[in-house]
Parts: sequence; structure tokens; C-alpha cells
Amino acid sequence: MSALIFSLFIFVLACFIGFELISKVPPTLHTPLMSGANAISGITIVGALIVAGSVGGALAQWIGFVAIVFATINVVGGFMVTDRMLEMFKKKEDDK
Amino acid sequence: MSQFLPESVLTWLPDTIQLLYLVATAYFIRGLKLLNSPQTARKGNMYAAVGMLIGVVVTLFDQHIVSFEFIIAGVLLGGLIGAVAAKKVAMTSMPELVAIFNGFGGGASALVAWGELSRTADVTGIDPTGLVTTGLSIFIGALTFTGSFIAFGKLKGFISGNAITFPGLNIINIGSMIGVLVLIGVFTFDPTNTTVFWVILGISLLIGITSVIPIGGADMPVVISLLNSYSGLAASMAGFVLGNNLLIVSGALVGAAGLILTQIMCKAMNRSLANVIFGSFGGDGASGGGGGADGDKTVRETSAEDLAIQVAYASKVVIVPGYGLAVAQAQHIVKEVATKLEAKGVQVKYGIHPVAGRMPGHMNVLLAEADVPYDLLYDMDQINPEFASTDVVLIIGANDVVNPMAKTSPGSPIYGMPILNVDEAKRTVVFKRSLSVGYAGIDNPLFYEEKNQMFFGDAKKSLQALNEALNEV
Repeated sequence: MSALIFSLFIFVLACFIGFELISKVPPTLHTPLMSGANAISGITIVGALIVAGSVGGALAQWIGFVAIVFATINVVGGFMVTDRMLEMFKKKEDDK
Repeated sequence: MSQFLPESVLTWLPDTIQLLYLVATAYFIRGLKLLNSPQTARKGNMYAAVGMLIGVVVTLFDQHIVSFEFIIAGVLLGGLIGAVAAKKVAMTSMPELVAIFNGFGGGASALVAWGELSRTADVTGIDPTGLVTTGLSIFIGALTFTGSFIAFGKLKGFISGNAITFPGLNIINIGSMIGVLVLIGVFTFDPTNTTVFWVILGISLLIGITSVIPIGGADMPVVISLLNSYSGLAASMAGFVLGNNLLIVSGALVGAAGLILTQIMCKAMNRSLANVIFGSFGGDGASGGGGGADGDKTVRETSAEDLAIQVAYASKVVIVPGYGLAVAQAQHIVKEVATKLEAKGVQVKYGIHPVAGRMPGHMNVLLAEADVPYDLLYDMDQINPEFASTDVVLIIGANDVVNPMAKTSPGSPIYGMPILNVDEAKRTVVFKRSLSVGYAGIDNPLFYEEKNQMFFGDAKKSLQALNEALNEV
């Protein structure tokens, strides 16, 4: 099995897991879900680290640097703002 | 950081990294699962953040990484910007923030693919799949980047929220998309041709702009969901480029999540995705639908004092919020009014249409900020059976989502859209600045119904007046 086919397997199966996981989220949580998922998409930071940290010429490192900045904004900002939102979601009982 | 490890460990390192990536993936999946319920959602977000931390720390041990200056500087700068933005943003501006974060994520994925290409000394040595996925990653990432900035501009009001379009724009957009795909094919055969690369990047950036510009403000929930999906897909593609399973899986999870939300939003408007993207809804394309109930076009106005008496002696009141509530920043005063009513023994519930606001769940977040417990927030299917037993419905800044023409007028552009059946209640009160049409550009016959009353003015001021009047009842 070639590497591509293997990766495709993983990709398709992950899509199905994603559909299963998300399809039951109640509407109340749609915004936090979206910003949380958005933060996860910042996982591309892993690729940015490799590009910025490896020896591949100045251009590649600068591109990697910008990619890290972008991805970190996405990751740090995304998780923090999701937490800020979810902190506010309260049930009636614990409402003072 | 692998250079600090002893030789004996290094042989195990690549497999260890992959296994820890698997752990990170498990944290993401568990985190998304916990996001399914309000009780566990915060923990779920933490799980996802831990997964991210594992992924980042483990990657630092990758043997390709030998210098850390750019990494440290980049993480500090990005972390600072992200943290400040997350702390400072007002809850009403959440759609803008999510849009812009999305854009950065997509942009980062495009840059990763580009950087990976530029650090490869001999591009002809890259296999065709690597080149195709590089092209796709740049295409999706770049259009997510510019598209998100346009969405941000529309939500902020820098760019007109109306559908900006001209004849032939759709054809140009579709043509450019096909063009980019063809060019990616050309690039695969000749990766040394840098001109092709720049044209792919340039057109992709332009497509982001030209495909979001013609979409109107109230369709933003669909656009943001779709861009969210794209940013995941872009990360996945970058994963294919790098041969990194963590990126492939995480990106696919986000891509699927975004797509599901997109579907939910489209369904809530009874429109196909193609119609949202190419329909330029909200412009002058909407025919007006004939104006609905002709003849009796008088509206009945109410005052704060009058309304205070009505709601204070009601047994059940449902509040229907819309984007106007966010614009007027009226969420806190709504909660104050509701608290007073509850103290008087009135049952208060909130009925929330899936596309109310500018992003999925926008109203829920605003009301949560005002300390409204989430178990009082009802979605459309839950609240619709309750209107028949409701005394007063307060419609605050919502219009099209309560327009009965969606049920009664087959010629109307919103016909078939599921709505909140507020007209089944004994009385409806619409908080609105004027009798102007809603986003869909059509008249709302609800305003002229006998049991409806209009409370004209700014939603926040009107609610403040109502709140004060309630003290006298």
C-alpha cells in the first residue's frame, strides 16, 4: 500500500469520525464548537514548526516564521476564547 | 531538540513521535466528543488544547528541526496577539473574531505548503501526489485567508453587508476555480515553473475575495461555517504534503465539523449551499413577493407602560432574539427584564432560530454572557409547540425568522424556510426601529396582524423603558 493510499484511508475515516462526533452537538454550543474546532485546525502549526526550524534557506524560514505566527494566533486565541465562552454557560441551578 | 538526546534514544525517536501524535489525536477526538454537552464542553476544550500542546512539544523533537530562533519568536508573537484578541473581544463581536482566526489558520496552512516547497532544494524530486497536495493546500488555504478577511470586513461593517455583485461574477468565480485546478495540474508536471506557482497563489487569493463579496450579511453563518470547514481541509492537505497523520486527521475532523454546521445553517434557511454561494441573496434580486396581506395595512403600537402590564400579568412569555439584539447590545437588559418577570411568577423562555445572528449559536453566546441559564434557551423544534400556550412573544431584532410568508406565500423568496411559529401565540410584540423590510428584502405580514403590536425604537432603549415600567406594575 503506497503512502498516499494509507493517508487517504486515514483522511476518509477521520472525516466519518468528525461527522459522527459533531452531528449531535446542540445548537446552544454551535459557536463554541466552531471556535474550538477552529483552534484545532491550527494544528498546522506542527508543519510550520518543521518549516521554520529546519535548514532550508532564509526564504523558507521566513515563510515558516509567518506561518507560526498565523497558526499560533489561531491556536492560542481559539482555545482561549472558546474557554471564555464556555465559562459563561451556566445551568439554572448554579445560577446564584 | 533531538540533538540533546543520546544516540540510543534517537533510533526510537521517529516511532515515539508518531505514537505521541496518536495520543494527541485521541485528545482531539475526546475533546470534540465532550463539546457535545454544555456540562462537559469546557473540559472538552481543555482536552483539545492538551492535544495541541502534545502535538507541538513532540514536534520540537523532530530531527528536521535544528534552529529555534524563528520558532520562539513566532510562537511568542502569535501567542501574544491571539491571547489579547481572545481576552479583549466583546461577545457581540464573536463572529468577526472566529472569522479572522479561521483566516489565519487557512493562511498558515498555505504558508506551510509553500515553505515546504521552498525548502526543498530539488523540486523535481517531489512525487506528483506531493505536488498536487501542495497546490491544493495553497489554493484552499489562500482562499480561506482572503475570504475570511472579507467576511470579517462585512461583519465589522468595513465592507457593505449587502450582496455586492455584478453580472458574470459567478461565471468568473467558477472559471477561476477550474483555472486554478488546471494550473495545479500544470504545476505537477513542471514544478520548476515558478510563474505557474505565483499565478496559482494569486488567483486563489482573489477567489477568496470575489466569492465572499457577493454574499449578504445574514448569510454569514453559512459562510463562516464553510470557511471553518475549508481551514480544516487546508490543514489536512498540508498534512498530505508533509506526510503527517496528525495534521491529516485533525484537519479532517475540523473539515467535517464545519461541513455539518454549514448543512444545518442551509437547512435552517431552506436553501441549498449553491444558492447561498451563487444566489447573491439580499440584493435587489428578491422580488418582494407581492407585499403579502393587502388591504389592512395598519399596525398597532404599544408603549412601555402598556407592555409592562401585559407581560407582568402573563403566565408565559417567550423572547425571540435576532441580530438586532446583538447590534443594540441589548442582551443584559433582556436578562434584567426576564428576571423581573420571573420574580412576578411569569415563566420566561427564549426561542432561538438556528440562523439568528451572524454565526451558528451567536444568540446563545450573547445570552450566556448576560447570565441567562442555557436550559432556558430553546431551539426551534423545542419552542414551536409551545407558542400556542404562550401569552406574549417578545421579538427583539428578529424579522425574517418569524415571517409567516415562509409558510403561506409560495412566491416569496423565503418560502419553505422553517420559522418560529410566533403567530400561534396570543400576542406578539415586535421591537423594531421602523417598519423597514428584513434582510430578505420582503415585507412581514406579522406586523399587520391584529394580535401583533409594534414597539418602535432602539431595542436597548425600548427594553430599558420596559424594565423601568415593570417597577410600577
